[in-house]
Amino acid sequence: MTHQLVVGSSPHIHTPDTTRGIMADVLIALAPAAVFGIIWYGWRSAVLIAVCVAACVLFEVISCRVLNHDVTVGDLSAAVTGLLLALNLPSGLPVWMAVIGCFVAIVVVKQMFGGLGHNFVNPAIAARIVLFISFPLQMTTFHRPFSGVSVTQATPLAADAGEFTLKQLLLGDYAGCIGETSVVLLGIGALYLMIRGVIKPVIPVSFIGTVALLTWLTGGQPLVAVCSGGLMLGACFMATDYVTSPVTNWGKLIFGIGCGIVTVVIRSGAAAEGVSFSILFMNLLVPHIDNWTRRKPFGWEAQKHE
Amino acid sequence: MDKSKDEILFPVGNIPRNVLLPHQKNTAECETVVMPAPATVTIPMRQHIGVPCVPTVKIGDAVFVGSVIGDSDRPVSAPIHASVSGTVKAFTKMMMPDGSETDCVVIESDGKMTPVPNLAPVEIHSTEDLIKATRDCGLVGLGGAGFPTHIKFRLPDEKKIDTLIINGSECEPYITADYRCCMEDYDDILTGVYLVKEQLKIDDVIIAIEANKKKAIDKMYSIAADKRDTHNNIRLMELQTRYPQGAEKVLIYSVLKRTIPAGKLPADIGCIVMNITSIAALGHYAKTGMPLVSRRVTVDGSAVKEPKNVIVPLGTSVADLMEFCGGYTEDGPSRLIMGGPMMGTTLLDDTAVITKTSNAVLAQGEDEIPHPTGCIHCGRCASHCPMKLNPAEVERALRAKNDETLKELNLTYCMECGCCSYSCPARRPLAQVMRIAKKELRRIEAK
Repeated sequence: MTHQLVVGSSPHIHTPDTTRGIMADVLIALAPAAVFGIIWYGWRSAVLIAVCVAACVLFEVISCRVLNHDVTVGDLSAAVTGLLLALNLPSGLPVWMAVIGCFVAIVVVKQMFGGLGHNFVNPAIAARIVLFISFPLQMTTFHRPFSGVSVTQATPLAADAGEFTLKQLLLGDYAGCIGETSVVLLGIGALYLMIRGVIKPVIPVSFIGTVALLTWLTGGQPLVAVCSGGLMLGACFMATDYVTSPVTNWGKLIFGIGCGIVTVVIRSGAAAEGVSFSILFMNLLVPHIDNWTRRKPFGWEAQKHE
Repeated sequence: MDKSKDEILFPVGNIPRNVLLPHQKNTAECETVVMPAPATVTIPMRQHIGVPCVPTVKIGDAVFVGSVIGDSDRPVSAPIHASVSGTVKAFTKMMMPDGSETDCVVIESDGKMTPVPNLAPVEIHSTEDLIKATRDCGLVGLGGAGFPTHIKFRLPDEKKIDTLIINGSECEPYITADYRCCMEDYDDILTGVYLVKEQLKIDDVIIAIEANKKKAIDKMYSIAADKRDTHNNIRLMELQTRYPQGAEKVLIYSVLKRTIPAGKLPADIGCIVMNITSIAALGHYAKTGMPLVSRRVTVDGSAVKEPKNVIVPLGTSVADLMEFCGGYTEDGPSRLIMGGPMMGTTLLDDTAVITKTSNAVLAQGEDEIPHPTGCIHCGRCASHCPMKLNPAEVERALRAKNDETLKELNLTYCMECGCCSYSCPARRPLAQVMRIAKKELRRIEAK
């Protein structure tokens, strides 16, 4: 035999699934809500989405080069972060502010901690919160659909709940961030991810369920609570981020319920951004949740009963 | 007999953590062909788990097919026999696929394949007879483990065995050697089954085969329902087609819903598991007196011209075997695997030889070399781990040199099935990480 052979540790075959494929699925799942946002809130939404995705990818390339890593934009994770961040912004936000958000997400939160898989909080959530604290006025100035009329309010939560019909809430026919108002389309996207096996229903169901239950118990309107303030977007697409959520189902359940409780507590104080802060807070607890919920191996019970 | 009681069984306790692999059983309908004696065979003195054998022949000795050429006086070992007739030419050392070095006996074949004189069926009338016969046969776990079978049969009195499980699951892709064994050597299988069942006084026998080998199930079902099985104690089970169904712990849970405690053996929970090819080899020995001198090997992969199932004399080099299978394709193999793609070992070159545990040789052509990217914490390695471990967590602890955490991660449960590496979308070599971590753990604990 003249040529050399490849030698490696078993197994020698791999699943066709790749990180890139998973990220592509997330992009596909977010597409309906993004398209809807562009139609609903106008061309400025398209500009913001394009700028955020481009800026995140660019920051990723630059950081990788500077840090002397392999350039990892091919895994599409930066694009996902960009799209998620854009969907979390009001359509009227100045573009330069959005770019600051992208910088925070990719450079500060993700790459400075070692890149994909090493960030301890979700980059898009962290960026949204940084923008919210830095530019509170611009981050809460929303446009009413089709009108270009801007209103400053923190989503239907702060408004008189009776102001909106159920249809408006489900369709997202009110002033809000680009991608967080259309509950139905976000739900379809989440369903797609579940069918593709990318996410499990545990976190979205426990998160949203907890918010609905606690709102009902405290005399609020569960449906309004569920349909507003980015809960669907947060619970289905940001809380389920692999990197910053627990591994086991029990861990995911604790995480989802925790997110729900923190959300309701923050909202009951009449403060906005309950969802973002709750996810950020629970992100920090993930290593502990993972430790608490470590599974007993197969055969362990039998050994104990000896 | 009452057929209605003799339905094909279905598993009672499937473990949900597994992977669904492409079957690639391309050679399933390739009837086994017998390979003629190669010019020389190089027979390693260690083809089993345990103590290596010491050669019992001298250079220049004439040997026949079935002559003992290596043995050991230690209990955990199994004798080794000449696989061709001819002359002992040399003693060499050879690096085995796992990297260890083993003494080998080189035999130059006379091309006649003359069997040992006075070959006769073996009389087995007691447990002791069975244990002696199993040892004399040189039998080890032919599914790949290579554990000397006679040790398994030597049971302390307090251990009562109620079920003998015959493992015909063959859950690795490509390999069809066990399947062809069912289709062709069913009589040997049944002879072996009756021997073990009667001499070890085991009530029930369950022959378990994965659902993607329907023909083998039907074949064994019709044969097992023959007149000898008057009490309907030999039954067939159709297993779910999932990897690693054939792993001992997983199989026992599927068949009996029993869990082996860590560090214990199947005998501790009342069962014995034997590979279907092993039991056939035992039956063949009892019928003919010919010990284990050859085995059925699946030769497949995109870089081999004529994929086949071949009966190969032990000690035959992969190069000779490949030549028998029409040689390599024009571009040649980029990877040679001894065993299946999930647990097999890659070879450095084709001078490696077929041993008792070689169930397949795969020659892969154009080859995807995995390029690992960052762990995204997706948890697929953990959710596919049959043993409920978390390989990603092990990898983090290993990289951080966090000895305390490493001790808590139950590494000893890992059976290196490879489900973690297979399912990783970031192509991280997690099974390799588990092996390294286990080694590291032994080092830590030795301190």
